[in-house]
Amino acid sequence: MSDSKSHDANQMTGAAMIVRALVDHGVKHIFGYPGGAVLPIYDEIFQQGDVEHILVRHEQGAGHAAEGYARSTGKPGVVLVTSGPGATNMVTPLADALMDSIPLVCITGQVPTHLIGNDAFQECDTVGITRPCTKHNWLVRDIKDLPKVLHEAFYVATTGRPGPVVVDVPKDVQFATGTYTPPRKSDVHVSYKPQTKGDPGQIRKAIALMANAKRPVIYTGGGVINAGSDASQTLRALVEATGFPITSTLMGLGAYPASGKNWLGMLGMHGTYEANMAMHDCDVMLCIGARFDDRITGRTDAFSPGSKKIHIDIDPSSINKNIRVDVPIIGDAGSVMGDLLKAFKAEGKKPKIDPWWFEIGRWRARNSLAYKKSDDVILPQFAIQRLFEATRGHDTYITTEVGQHQMWAAQFFGFEEPHRWMTSGGLGTMGYGLPAALGVQVAHRDSLVVDIAGDASVQMTMQEMSCAVQHDLPIKIFILNNQYMGMVRQWQQLLHGNRLSHSYTEAMPDFVKLAEAYGGVGMQVFKPGDLDGALHEMIKVKKPVLFDCRVAALENCFPMIPSGKAHNEMLLPAEANDDATAKAFAGGKALV
Amino acid sequence: MNQPASAYFMEERHDPNETHTLSVLVANEPGVLARVIGLFSGRGYNIESLTVSETESQKHVSRITIVTTGTPMVITQIKHQLDRMIPVYQVVDMTMTGRSIERELAMVKVKGSGDQRIEAMRLAEVFRARVVDATNESFVFEITGATSKIDQFVNLMRPIGLVEVSRTGVAAISRGPEGM
Repeated sequence: MSDSKSHDANQMTGAAMIVRALVDHGVKHIFGYPGGAVLPIYDEIFQQGDVEHILVRHEQGAGHAAEGYARSTGKPGVVLVTSGPGATNMVTPLADALMDSIPLVCITGQVPTHLIGNDAFQECDTVGITRPCTKHNWLVRDIKDLPKVLHEAFYVATTGRPGPVVVDVPKDVQFATGTYTPPRKSDVHVSYKPQTKGDPGQIRKAIALMANAKRPVIYTGGGVINAGSDASQTLRALVEATGFPITSTLMGLGAYPASGKNWLGMLGMHGTYEANMAMHDCDVMLCIGARFDDRITGRTDAFSPGSKKIHIDIDPSSINKNIRVDVPIIGDAGSVMGDLLKAFKAEGKKPKIDPWWFEIGRWRARNSLAYKKSDDVILPQFAIQRLFEATRGHDTYITTEVGQHQMWAAQFFGFEEPHRWMTSGGLGTMGYGLPAALGVQVAHRDSLVVDIAGDASVQMTMQEMSCAVQHDLPIKIFILNNQYMGMVRQWQQLLHGNRLSHSYTEAMPDFVKLAEAYGGVGMQVFKPGDLDGALHEMIKVKKPVLFDCRVAALENCFPMIPSGKAHNEMLLPAEANDDATAKAFAGGKALV
Repeated sequence: MNQPASAYFMEERHDPNETHTLSVLVANEPGVLARVIGLFSGRGYNIESLTVSETESQKHVSRITIVTTGTPMVITQIKHQLDRMIPVYQVVDMTMTGRSIERELAMVKVKGSGDQRIEAMRLAEVFRARVVDATNESFVFEITGATSKIDQFVNLMRPIGLVEVSRTGVAAISRGPEGM
């Protein structure tokens, strides 16, 4: 044993190491809930001032809050929960973060090592349960391994394709004393080496395709957001240099501004007509940080049949998973786009695509997002548009729950910047938006954070209103209340003979009273004419607000690609009457 | 097309299946085998055979040999999915290299008397199987070779009086001086 002073300073308990590692990794906020197996760590948190702890009301809330925090800052979100039920309640956010590539570091308490496997109180096989819903996880059985594992956890979560990790720490390891070592390069598994730089040969092939394109389209996804704000700037420069039209997945909104002249709107199942038609008819597709998800492609054997496809992704397993591509480029979206931009400018050949833009103009003219206006009832699309107008000029962040309101938010709220849009895309987790808004507000105290919610989703994590009040987080929960699980009902109408099985909420809480019960502010609006005034009032309030916006109950979300159909077989709103939908869905009902 | 109405596009793919042998070098740490097996069950891939043992104890490296079947697209996916796991050092498709040796070991218990014993011994000799245990009414043979050879031996023993078989699964290595 050395007798040097620095050595002594690094002697500490496992619990102290955890807090120290958080500080060393620049963590300012963690989200959590105490319990028996994490008490030593909570004791350390109590005795320091570097890391602020946000107390949620359910561990799932901590996970989604950390996701919102991560998505809006680009930094990892950190969660601390106890063993057993604490860990199992985290499973949903972990799976959500894995699907959407969100960096999370989740520290779970575990029963003491000698009790593991004994069915001890609040014991569960945390690493076993979370293995398929994390990028990686660790059970730390020895205090000697703890510092290295903690540093490795941050590295794995934030590099390559980001994702959630779990570090499971038994209580005896938290009490044990050992030597803390600060983060070093050698802490990382030698078997983990993500590739960030694109292959020059592949980039040349991509440039050759792009320079000779007649009908090109750029299709971007969440990978561009994950690559950092600089990557979005590079994307904008690339679009400017090439003059190509650009569309994006749900996860990628904001990388290219919605007001940009090359913007086609979102693509996919509820994407715009022009975006999906451009995808279908293009001759060169440049996919950046997106993964050809089934909500994007529609019928895969009819997906963009005439195009050469370039696919940039940091994860090799995304390549050729759903759609065969011609030029795969493994690497970081920002780095590869930078190389593409340089090479494209050097090539000096900007393809003439005026006829293609003319064609796109015709598709745009179809106005696929049109909806019937009303003076009597608030249309949900109208509500989002008014919210968008009301929040202009504010420093605004938007989260959503999952369902019709989410799609309307994606269609009608214009995102100008990345990291402003937090939504559960891959897993589709109802209840994501309210706690995610908390996380965003923690990171951006003075900004306007709005959760565009549905009446059903918001009730799944409603208890976090209490957390918002406790921590002075003035989030705005804007509920499009149609008293249905709208998207479920939409599918039942279209596919299941209008038998609305359990998609109507017969006992709706009084959201105004509920807000007041939690110590927040409740608001309610029924008439379109009252909406603007109420929205401005909502924004002015410096407290958490539940805004019960009563909307047209039976409005459905269009345009839409029915299942088994290709991009050029969309249902447009005007055509979406009973006859047209019945024909489009010919083939009977079956599994979802 | 008679597509059932669904939120998912249900497409049947008719690409032919191929059988591939994959060698996977992994850090020998707790749970690594569970990760690999969990990947296969979670994503619906097939495992025909799986063998695992530590091969370089100093470096804590284990070698997993997996025989799997799937369409070419699925086989590629399997390799990428394995390769991106944190404790995986390297994945080599032994079938693609086309220069690999694949062997399996089996122990085969056969019961019988009189002519059956003579016939069993005669066949064992042809297949170069060794007797590792014998009683008045039984033999245990040890046989090494390609999977097909072992299948054939076992099938020949069946009518003679096969009791049971224990097989290791396939181990594979490449020819020539280079390693993985």
